[in-house]
Amino acid sequence: MSVTTSQAAITNKPDERVRRISPWRGLFNRPEFGSIAGTVLVFALFGIFAGDSGMFNLDGVMSWAQVAAYLGIIAVGACVLMIAGEFDLSIGSMIGFAGMMVAVPAMFLGWPVWASVLFAFAGCMALGWLNGYLVVRTRLPSFIVTLAFMFILRGLTLVLSTHFSNSTIVSGVGDKLGADPVVHTLFQGSTFHHLFAWLARAGLVGKLPNGEPVVNGIPKVLLWWLAMAGGAGFMLSRTRFGNWVFIVGGDNNTAKNAGIPVNRVKISLFVFTAFCACLFGVLQVADVGSAAADRGLQKEFEAIIAAVIGGTLLTGGYGSVLGACFGALIFGVVQVGISFTSIDSDWYRVFLGAMLLLAVLFNHYIRSYAGRSHAGRSHAGTAK
Amino acid sequence: MTNGDSHDYILQLEGISKFFGTVISLQDVTLRLRRGEVHCLLGDNGAGKSTLIKTLAGVHRPDRGRYLIEGQEVNFKSPREALDRGIATVYQDLALVPLMSVARNFFAGREPMRKLFGVIPVMDMKYAEDVSVRKLAEMGIHVRSPQQPVGTMSGGERQCLAIARAIHFGARVLILDEPTAALGVKQSCNVLKLIHTARERGISVIFITHNVHHAYPIGDSFTVLNRGKSMGTFLKSGISEGEVLEMMSGSAEIQGLIDELEGRATA
Ligand SMILES: Nc1ncnc2c1ncn2[C@@H]1O[C@H](COP(=O)(O)OP(=O)(O)OP(=O)(O)O)[C@@H](O)[C@H]1O
Ligand SMILES: [Mg+2]
Repeated sequence: MSVTTSQAAITNKPDERVRRISPWRGLFNRPEFGSIAGTVLVFALFGIFAGDSGMFNLDGVMSWAQVAAYLGIIAVGACVLMIAGEFDLSIGSMIGFAGMMVAVPAMFLGWPVWASVLFAFAGCMALGWLNGYLVVRTRLPSFIVTLAFMFILRGLTLVLSTHFSNSTIVSGVGDKLGADPVVHTLFQGSTFHHLFAWLARAGLVGKLPNGEPVVNGIPKVLLWWLAMAGGAGFMLSRTRFGNWVFIVGGDNNTAKNAGIPVNRVKISLFVFTAFCACLFGVLQVADVGSAAADRGLQKEFEAIIAAVIGGTLLTGGYGSVLGACFGALIFGVVQVGISFTSIDSDWYRVFLGAMLLLAVLFNHYIRSYAGRSHAGRSHAGTAK
Repeated sequence: MTNGDSHDYILQLEGISKFFGTVISLQDVTLRLRRGEVHCLLGDNGAGKSTLIKTLAGVHRPDRGRYLIEGQEVNFKSPREALDRGIATVYQDLALVPLMSVARNFFAGREPMRKLFGVIPVMDMKYAEDVSVRKLAEMGIHVRSPQQPVGTMSGGERQCLAIARAIHFGARVLILDEPTAALGVKQSCNVLKLIHTARERGISVIFITHNVHHAYPIGDSFTVLNRGKSMGTFLKSGISEGEVLEMMSGSAEIQGLIDELEGRATA
């Protein structure tokens, strides 16, 4: 190329810019920064107020980790969908509906358990597809479309439950799930029992009076969380599809001009979110042992809040799965941790609301940073 | 024009019409791009220039008329198909995502891939970063880091990024929609030089601008659009700068304005 001359003015710029950016700024600009800082803060607070309450013993850790894991699974879905610029408010209702889709065929229609679990996943993903299809076809805000499904699915869950069991709860599902080896292995209870038994014998894990370890394994929900977060994080940061997700959320028009199949990307993310909700529902039914009409109530908001605390922008195009996971962790620690302190647990929601507000303000600062730094630079340019 | 001539043309739009609901954006427009020429597309705001090049780029599909590449009729369903045929476009809005990095923007929609452990297809970020930094440097833009978000770049730098990207991917035809609109004098000059270099390398260029001082020196032929219709294509040898300006704006109008302003000044 011969176009390298007459660049004196341009080539001078980099130095000036490098000096402007402090390493702090770089760290600040990671989407997950806020949530990591928040996690540190929360751990510090509970370390001070509940440090000797057993909250940080192995069984305490497992209890809040499990809460975080459940939320983490749907937060991963919500986060990826939000990065692509869409919302799913039907996540919570989907959790309850998934539970019913497992329970009703298995308990009342004589289906084998594996078939009803498969049916639940297929059904949820089909509903996710429908959500996505309606959003991209009608171009209505996903907020409205999925709000409709939030009510439809909650209502259907209640109808199914009362129709088949005459109550809002279908019990006895847990034992049935436990009898199926595949479903049991995938979704129920905990694993790595031998490891924990061994650790207890070695004295590294506390023992109950009967010689059993206090924690006899890692809850499977925790492993699912790790797998989903790892998979989604990898997908976002390393694959072509992940790049498309950011482009679609960042600028729809640009995505179209670049030839990215915008609708396909969005619909598949709605399906993914529905899958996450279903996973939550199935794991919960397997653990609690029953399906109920009020399961997953308000979980969609918690998932979105976790994603926002994790640095995902409400407007899309920016965010991180890791951040959403830290957001979920904050939830778990606060929700369970408060019961370890002398603080009234009603403060839980107040705390999370404040956390959300902080996170949104922080994100807002991040987003305007791009524009502001540019303005600052041209300002410096005119000043000299 | 006979069929025998079509070998001379790399791109042809024959009698293209494009409607957006009730809006007639283009009506019966013919545009023929010869191999290795710089073809300037001129016209007022809303004349349909962007619509025309979006049709060329595969973003819009014409409602009427034919689109030929090297005499062969094509029907693009996606801009990627046009890119695959070597037609690269710098859109007026630049098609950049401000929150994404330079490297990711550079390869948006055309991600370089490699196999992780020989099986999992992942983006080849190292390649993307190396190439984007190098191509920008060739245009005289030195980015802080390929991970720098595009939103932190200046308007001119962004424009250069979009142009560098198009040149990197567009082996044969380069379409530039008002590439000099946001640029300073020096950077505009750079873009004109780039267009010139591209032509030397045998690339055909469609260049949209409102600035006749940019269009006339570099252009080989000129097509003027007016309210969705083509006013014809003119070779440089057959038209003067003044005549181009007159067609673009109707210099009678400008003369009238000048008279009026001067009249007011003297009054
Ligand atoms: N997607 C669309 N939907 C509806 N109308 C459109 C669309 N795109 C363009 N138009 C209309 O088509 C006409 C031509 O627009 P176009 O963008 O091609 O003009 P232009 O010549 O590029 O103008 P400018 O010099 O301002 O860029 C305008 O009247 C515009 O309103
Ligand atoms: Mg235009």
